[in-house]
Amino acid sequence: MKLILTVNGEIHEVESIWEGESLMHVLRERLALPGAKNACEQGECGSCSVMLDEVLVCSCLVLARQAQERSVVTVEGLAPPDDVGVVQQAFIETGAVQCGFCTPGFIMATEDLLRRSPAPDDAEIREALAGNLCRCTGYEKILDAVRLASARLGAMG
Amino acid sequence: MSTSGTRVLPLGRIGESVLRADGRPKVRGEFAYASDLGADRMLWGATLRSPHPSARIRGIDITRALTLSGVHAVLTHADVPGRTTYGMEISDQPVLAIDRVRYEGEPVAIVAADHPETARRAIERIVVDYLPEDPLTDPERAIMPGAPRLHPGGNLLRRVTIRHGDPGATAEVVVRGEYAVGMQDQAFLGPEAALAVPAEDGGIDLHVATQWLHVDQGQVAACLGLPPSLTRLHLSGVGGAFGGREDLSMQVHVAMLALHTGRPVKMVYSREESFFGHVHRHPARMEYEHGADRDGRLVYVRARVVLDGGAYASSSTAVVANAATFACGPYDVPNAEVEAIVTYTNNPPCGAMRGFGAVQVAFGHESQMDRLAAELALDPIEIRLRNALATGMRLPTGQLVDGPAPVRELLEGLRDMPLPPDVVPVDPREFPGGVSNSTHGEGTRRGVGVAVGFKNIAFAEGFDDYSTARVRISRDDGGPLVEIHTAAAEVGQGLETVLAQIARTELSLERVRVLPADTQVGSAGSTSASRQTWMTGGAVQLACARLRERLHEAIDGPIEETAVYRHRPTQALDPDTGQGDSLVALAFAAHRAVCDVDVELGIVRAVEIATTQDVGRVMNPLALEGQIHGGIAQGLGLALMEEIQMEEGRVRNASFTDYLMPTVLDMPQVRMRISETPHPHAPYGLNGVGEMPTIASTPAIVAAVRDASGRPLTRVPLRPSDIAGV
Ligand code: FES
Ligand code: FES
Repeated sequence: MKLILTVNGEIHEVESIWEGESLMHVLRERLALPGAKNACEQGECGSCSVMLDEVLVCSCLVLARQAQERSVVTVEGLAPPDDVGVVQQAFIETGAVQCGFCTPGFIMATEDLLRRSPAPDDAEIREALAGNLCRCTGYEKILDAVRLASARLGAMG
Repeated sequence: MSTSGTRVLPLGRIGESVLRADGRPKVRGEFAYASDLGADRMLWGATLRSPHPSARIRGIDITRALTLSGVHAVLTHADVPGRTTYGMEISDQPVLAIDRVRYEGEPVAIVAADHPETARRAIERIVVDYLPEDPLTDPERAIMPGAPRLHPGGNLLRRVTIRHGDPGATAEVVVRGEYAVGMQDQAFLGPEAALAVPAEDGGIDLHVATQWLHVDQGQVAACLGLPPSLTRLHLSGVGGAFGGREDLSMQVHVAMLALHTGRPVKMVYSREESFFGHVHRHPARMEYEHGADRDGRLVYVRARVVLDGGAYASSSTAVVANAATFACGPYDVPNAEVEAIVTYTNNPPCGAMRGFGAVQVAFGHESQMDRLAAELALDPIEIRLRNALATGMRLPTGQLVDGPAPVRELLEGLRDMPLPPDVVPVDPREFPGGVSNSTHGEGTRRGVGVAVGFKNIAFAEGFDDYSTARVRISRDDGGPLVEIHTAAAEVGQGLETVLAQIARTELSLERVRVLPADTQVGSAGSTSASRQTWMTGGAVQLACARLRERLHEAIDGPIEETAVYRHRPTQALDPDTGQGDSLVALAFAAHRAVCDVDVELGIVRAVEIATTQDVGRVMNPLALEGQIHGGIAQGLGLALMEEIQMEEGRVRNASFTDYLMPTVLDMPQVRMRISETPHPHAPYGLNGVGEMPTIASTPAIVAAVRDASGRPLTRVPLRPSDIAGV
């Protein structure tokens, strides 16, 4: 089948995809956007998180054809090339990135959280990130990153 | 949400919190992990694995797979061009099963096809005629008379015996205990993946996520029947390792498919497959007897440790030596008798995982110290202080501790850290069980536990352990540029950052680039055993020191130096007595856990972990803290939830749904106090740091849960039924 969807503001037409392909597979293998990571492909780790029409989803659990004529934002679309967004910068500065395989998913979840709740307390942050696994950091620096991003965005109004 | 903000550039020298150079591509989703690689005309590989833990293979019929459209190759053991087995220590593992399978998930055949789904379907069309046999799953039964022999040399992989002091020593106070540790998984998030590209010279370029390029290269070359010079390995982005990438997984398979089809081939394991695709931490059973005098001073320790090695050797022979060497804990033990064995079974192969043998026995020796403290009505910190290992003492192997051994200081530091306030939570999420609303405080009790652990740095027992670094200084429009080339694997821990810090420090030049790791430069040894900052850092320091002498030449053109760093030599352990100077260096960390426990439902909430660790010299504070947090999370996982559950040789929970790991809701606040006692044998006085946070954190958490529940709790991970006593 043929798939038409908007990714990071650009319209893409993807020819002859197999019916069973996930949105994650289309992003990674057909659109050369590897930012949605493939850590479990069963909805347990959050590393493949993207926004589908402004809703945070695990792209491994969404069939590509469910994204037909819809709009997707991936981690690659958060900032122009050669730049990083506030959340991304906070992850770098606080040491929240080690191997980094979980990082795009955490960044998408943080973007989603701060959009809904710009000044979350720790319990709220933990709840919002509870669907994302990280095996390297023990989460402490990821919490620091979210707090820093929230403070900076707050200061920017 | 995009704005520039201030950029903190990843510049800096040792001792500074330097930001990682790969942070930017990683947060932008552009960093190329092995599973992100691609090439023109690329095919996808897939692996057929045994459904049986033990079976004879009477035949393999690939015809129906070959006829599927889109399939380019279906290969079995008969297609292995070179050596048919591999292994880091013992070459006992078939590249593809030959006439039998010895564990569930053992690779039997491989396929290359034009789409991953085609490859999966082709795998399903291969018909293997198995004759299943009863699996041998008990590591102790494996060496009893009548047990089936899994390998020609028998089922005993290695026995290490350590005899120290008087074997007949007796003591006034004696405590005994039996303990068990479940099978833990490294569960790195980036699944195993590789891309193999056939080259015009008949060789292969293999891009892979691994921990040790050169040990892979040697094994892959032998199995392909190629000279190492034609077997070029390149490190791709690595999504975590923790020991699970030390052995080969798909390296030979993907290269065979690429050479056979003449096209690039990529393989990516699914999460389920990943559980079968790498070794795990050895499950352990331990019997201990500790004898002490009335003041709580140890008179003797007797220990027996049984590790389940699983179907193939991996690094079991080294893990068991560590388990024996550290079995008595970081204490002054005048008399010791330790026997540690590891045997073959039909369970999954076990090998390296962060802590490498020291983790299992730490649960044993620390549980015993608590029993002894209880018997003598002594404080758990006090009993440890009375027996603390110190510089100038000897290990049970007879080796003199000639480096720092600040066990006393770490314990005192822990004692001085304030406890978190014991207030009844207002937020229901702070009770054990959290939002599941299982308690509002009724039936919950708080417990506190401490533990101390230690481990060696780098390789032991006479292994020729070295690292190589090539450093070059050139000049371009931006001024002098330093380039560091090594084969050392950055796996997420921040090695590249610290190597650049070392070069900046040594050369007083700011622009430093770390080149991609590959086999075009000499071996750096493994990214394991907490050794890379010491070893490859040492090699970079050496190369820079030589360049410093030649800096004046750099005006005329590029200058380059290649240096090899070796740590001091070590010795084998005597096969009968286990005596010998087998270790390079030791590192130590202590932990205190505070847990709230719902003693009726057996649910634990960790409230705080405090830790003291001596790191010799802080190279990068930010990265150091990250290692400590992450290591503690894995220690907490082993204490409370992480276990590969086996039933008759079959894995019951090969998924992130069923293999539970700590999430951000499970991790408590971590409080740390770092000390720096310079290590006399290391560059900059540094010490290894990566493994120590994972060793004593597990027994400290269990001790806290024991304190709260009053239950003996002799196996990890803890089960709710053990805690609730039902
Ligand atoms: S890869 Fe989608 S949730 Fe893990
Ligand atoms: S940084 Fe490695 S999994 Fe999170």
